[in-house]
Amino acid sequence: MAAYDVGPSEKVHPGKPVVVDRYTVGARINHWITAASLILLALSGLALFHPSLFFLSGLFGGGQFTRFIHPWIGVLLFFSFFGLFLRFWKANLWKREDGTWLARFRDVLANHEENVPEVGKYNAGQKFVFWAMSILIIVLISSGLVIWEQYFSAYTTLGQQRVALLVHAVAAVAIIGVWIIHFYSAIWVRGTIPAMIRGSVTGGWAWRHHRKWLRELVTMRSKEGSGSKPAE
Amino acid sequence: MFPPIPNPSTTDVAPRFSEKDLIRRSASTVPAPEQQLTEVAKLIDVSKCIGCKACQTACIEWNDTHEEVGVFAGVFENPPDLTPDMFTLMRFSEWENPETNELEWLIRKDGCMHCADPGCLKACPAPGAIVQYSNGIVDFVHENCIGCGYCIKGCPFNIPRISRVDNTAYKCTLCSDRIAVGQGPACAKACPTQAIVFGTKDEMKQHAEGRITDLKSRGYANAGLYDPPGVGGTHVMYVLHHADQPELYSGLPREPRISPLVEAWKGITKYAGLTVLGVAAGVGVLHHLIMGPNRVTEDDEEHAEELTEGDGHGRV
Repeated sequence: MAAYDVGPSEKVHPGKPVVVDRYTVGARINHWITAASLILLALSGLALFHPSLFFLSGLFGGGQFTRFIHPWIGVLLFFSFFGLFLRFWKANLWKREDGTWLARFRDVLANHEENVPEVGKYNAGQKFVFWAMSILIIVLISSGLVIWEQYFSAYTTLGQQRVALLVHAVAAVAIIGVWIIHFYSAIWVRGTIPAMIRGSVTGGWAWRHHRKWLRELVTMRSKEGSGSKPAE
Repeated sequence: MFPPIPNPSTTDVAPRFSEKDLIRRSASTVPAPEQQLTEVAKLIDVSKCIGCKACQTACIEWNDTHEEVGVFAGVFENPPDLTPDMFTLMRFSEWENPETNELEWLIRKDGCMHCADPGCLKACPAPGAIVQYSNGIVDFVHENCIGCGYCIKGCPFNIPRISRVDNTAYKCTLCSDRIAVGQGPACAKACPTQAIVFGTKDEMKQHAEGRITDLKSRGYANAGLYDPPGVGGTHVMYVLHHADQPELYSGLPREPRISPLVEAWKGITKYAGLTVLGVAAGVGVLHHLIMGPNRVTEDDEEHAEELTEGDGHGRV
């Protein structure tokens, strides 16, 4: 029985350096569709959010088309993220070490990861991003449908639509904030972006940031080795 | 009787107001106009209305809208609600006055109130799609409208409607094009009983005074003017025989104001939101400048190699 955070396609390949498979092609395509939709949604949404950013509607061919396309991209994001959710929810379940990790968040920020507990495939920060995105996307799609004038305006009262507008705006600001955390962390922690491009990380990266996960992968590999012969 | 507006002359008349007279423009700012135009207003005296719908007819004729032929919904309203092609609508309500035990037929001409503090304009995200002139007229500029429907949520009177043909919002213009050349609104022109009159806001208030005194002398003790202060006053006002109960007139709001939700959304959320995001991005940049990147070391790689080599596949 594999650990909660180990996917079937995740493997370590010994060598110099060690290579660890982290994301399948499917997961990466799924991720980048979601990423592209989220960025397009943020740009088109910000255009409608603040007058000083209305110029962003020019990227979409004007206000009318921005208004038209924004909700459709939202639908795409919802289904695309749902795919990611199905792939990643299990590895993002909260574990005991996550509390300790969070308690030593100062050390994390100061690049002193030696002082924080070993974590699985995701650390508490990544888990926060995952669950925050999941909840906010549900809030955004449901409030978004309420204010989708073209098709859904007849199904709710004006009072409900006003609530939805405010909720949608606040949730949108929150999700862009979460995205900034996500984006910055990927840059700050070097070696992370290749995981989502090539699908693999180096053993050193896994050792440094997700040692528990690396140990699990190694253990699995040795079990496979001692049990039935792996196809090599 | 209020003197009717004379018929138009046959010679060209220069428009009396233009873009230079804007005091508000949606999602943008305008320079303060050089002159303040006299505020205009339409006064609808509900007690004089006979429900003939001449105003509706004049409205669709002047604005050249083509409301679809509907179906009989069992009520006098026709169409049953305001539409992108019907900027004004006679709303009929039957009310049994508990004091007199008499049935009263309360007919109200619904449409844009041309608020001094327009919720539609406040909610609008498209620069210049909604404008307000210093004479009080609130107008929609269709080439700038993006069809989002925020104006509907901003409006305390539920007036604007989005056309499914061109996806832009429509409502009463107060016949800004007629008023610009010295004419009155088409509905006022067509009204056979002078239930609708048009003039300066002061004239209309004065005229209303006379009407209210008359109504009071006829037993309508609560007759009064509807010029709600919650939206800064309006440039379409009503004389109501039961001004203490405006809801009787097909749900005319008692104390209309821009919803606090809309105020919060277009106020604090807008500014706090961008600030929060700016700060978040700034913190990221600062953190990177101070702490630098978190890099994998040679040591880490070696540890990983040792770990994998010890798994029975590499050197033991």
